[in-house]
Amino acid sequence: MDPRIVKLVESLNEGRIGRRAFLTRAAALGLSAGFAGQLMRSAPAAAQDASPAAGGEDVVGNPAIPHITTTDKGSITLYSSWPFTGSMKQLGSDAIEASKMALEDLGNAAGGFALVYEPLDSGIAANNGGWDPGKESENANKAINDADCMAYLGTYNSGASKISIPITNGAGLSQISFGNTYPGLTKAIEGATEPGEPDIYYPSGVRNFMRTVPSDEIQGGAVANWAINQQGRKKTYTLHDNSLYGKGVALLYNESFKELGGESLGFEGYDPKATDYQSLMTKIADMGPDVLYVGATVENNPAKVLLDMRSLMPVDEVMFLGPDGLINQDFINGAGPDAEGAYVTFAGLPPSALKGIGADYAARMTERLGHTPDSYAAYAYEVMTVVVQAIDKAQEKDRAKILDAMFHTTDFHSLLGGVWHFTETGDTSSTTVSINRIEPDDSGKLIFNYLETIGSAS
Amino acid sequence: MEFNANLFVQFLINGVTNGMLIALVALGYTLVYGIVELINFAHGEVFMMGALFAFTIIGMFTIGPDTPWFAIVAISLLALAAAMLFSGALNWAIDRVVYRRLRNAPRLAPLIAAIGLSFILQGIGIYWIGSNNLRPPNLIANNIRSINLLNEWFGLDTRIRLRPLDLIVVGITIPLLVWLSWFVGRTKTGKAMRATAQDREAAALMGIDVNRTIAIAFLLGGLLAGAAAMVTMYYTNTASFRMGFRYGLFAFTAAVLGGIGNLTGAVVGGLLIGIVWQMSDGFVQAYIPWWGAQWTPVAIFGVLVLVMVFKPGGLLGEFTPDKV
Repeated sequence: MDPRIVKLVESLNEGRIGRRAFLTRAAALGLSAGFAGQLMRSAPAAAQDASPAAGGEDVVGNPAIPHITTTDKGSITLYSSWPFTGSMKQLGSDAIEASKMALEDLGNAAGGFALVYEPLDSGIAANNGGWDPGKESENANKAINDADCMAYLGTYNSGASKISIPITNGAGLSQISFGNTYPGLTKAIEGATEPGEPDIYYPSGVRNFMRTVPSDEIQGGAVANWAINQQGRKKTYTLHDNSLYGKGVALLYNESFKELGGESLGFEGYDPKATDYQSLMTKIADMGPDVLYVGATVENNPAKVLLDMRSLMPVDEVMFLGPDGLINQDFINGAGPDAEGAYVTFAGLPPSALKGIGADYAARMTERLGHTPDSYAAYAYEVMTVVVQAIDKAQEKDRAKILDAMFHTTDFHSLLGGVWHFTETGDTSSTTVSINRIEPDDSGKLIFNYLETIGSAS
Repeated sequence: MEFNANLFVQFLINGVTNGMLIALVALGYTLVYGIVELINFAHGEVFMMGALFAFTIIGMFTIGPDTPWFAIVAISLLALAAAMLFSGALNWAIDRVVYRRLRNAPRLAPLIAAIGLSFILQGIGIYWIGSNNLRPPNLIANNIRSINLLNEWFGLDTRIRLRPLDLIVVGITIPLLVWLSWFVGRTKTGKAMRATAQDREAAALMGIDVNRTIAIAFLLGGLLAGAAAMVTMYYTNTASFRMGFRYGLFAFTAAVLGGIGNLTGAVVGGLLIGIVWQMSDGFVQAYIPWWGAQWTPVAIFGVLVLVMVFKPGGLLGEFTPDKV
């Protein structure tokens, strides 16, 4: 028997997936409904009892949308664009694998079309794998000029989406991100977004951008609330990497910290290309903060910031807090033993905290990759599922109809547990935020250890 | 607003230490420019390659908390010597293979070749250690790294920190500067270098092997860059393929600021840039609240532009119009 079918039956037997997910994936693997039913009936009763099929929680996506696996209408191409080299290698590659796995789980087909997926790299090696404006523009233009392309998956970096959204918007192509958390891409927040945002990104006047990850005002507010009310911290110093994302999330945290009664000793950008932050840390240490917040992504040198911080501010005196741009093993590798004890938030849940169908996803990804998947990869899986279900709904190779179907995604059963929908701005209604502490695992290797879900400050 | 003397002295210490490292690299720029009037833009990457070589050499040894101190000193000296020799040999080879062939070519040719070499060496750096920042093996235990010598050794009750690494930087840099000064000023080869710098053709007519003399200048510049690389790697606790860009840029600026071609000028320029860098990163904000570390490159290049406007030859250099 096909090993993929054997694994699928094992997942059902072990109660990691329910009957509905079993039948969906069995169909995607080409099994007849009769044979799949036979296999399901042979599963132990306990596994069948554990399957919450009636509620549909065992299926990722909207269980009410029928999945069509025939391919007689031709093919549709889906491009993704995010960096996957350098320090972005694990995060980007894991997101690609999650996208591929979602497609495979759904039989690489939807709405009568065969689905072809092509990941594009928006990073350059000379920038440590960081995204490049020229590459992002090139990728978006490639997508809009391909008549078979019906969705553009990306980006990871909010700054990159500022470039690609107007391009895809002009062509009526839907764009959906698993990682953009900067609020200004979809909504205006006083003090945190630029004048004219978000309308400047949508020259056609029609919204075409969605995201499966909660935006930064939720994350920044939640972590400020946690630091003050649960950890008893009173004084923060806030740094950012001068990127759109880093500055935005740092500002939202800083403002929330002040609003909640804490004191902000300073808010400033650091130079990501600097070789040394000793003097910066000397200045900060002299002010006596009990929290240092660093809004940054991993390619912008935050590990060096943490290293230099720890040479002056020990872990038992000053808490290091960072946003989800740091939830990447390369951040730990760069800081080495000094990474232990740092706290990093994530607008979602890490693989170790996933339950049910989420745990099954994490187990299959771990087996596929040979390591625990990056936390963001779950959102990439959901992005692909949203696109596939929209094609199932539209059943036509029509950008406008697929965009409309994507924007009206409702009752989406998440890998993270719970159900979300897209709001009128294209944001997810989910507000899940978790806090993670860098700690050694059983083998002594430093990892992000999930502590708790802290949700929204509101 | 009250003047915070403690912080000022602290940033001065940091500035002088960083400035010395910049000066070591700047000497490589100025030595080569003084003799062949070429800005060797690959010099920052020669510095980076020295750090990667030292990183690799040290990585061959197993160093733990039980490793005796004399073994650590021996490994450190071995890595320092290896980095110097590697960078020296690399710089010499670059001259021998590329620049020497372009000696009589239009000035733009070696300049473009230098920029090209810089990118090639960066690519080799990525291939060698990857594109992430790496922590070098722990030669200096964390508890020693963070000792404040002023408190622990001298018993002073002060918040000013002077770390063993600051002393190591000074302890390696000053002897090298003195040695270079002696070599250029007092030895026969040094005299040949100065003669070649003044007039290459006349020096050749006097029997000086010009190509050999130029090669020695490249070798010397590389040796100093290798030493700076090893020390910088431990001072910043980081090795990266990108480290040559920032130090190279600051060192080039230091060489121009001090008066390119002038050895003392390179040291003065290096110290000045080191101090401006650290003061901008940490001290200025106390008096200009909107100032931050992100303005440091602006401050450094602002000083350079100011000096160039009022003294085009640099602080210790002389402005000489192009030869006709």
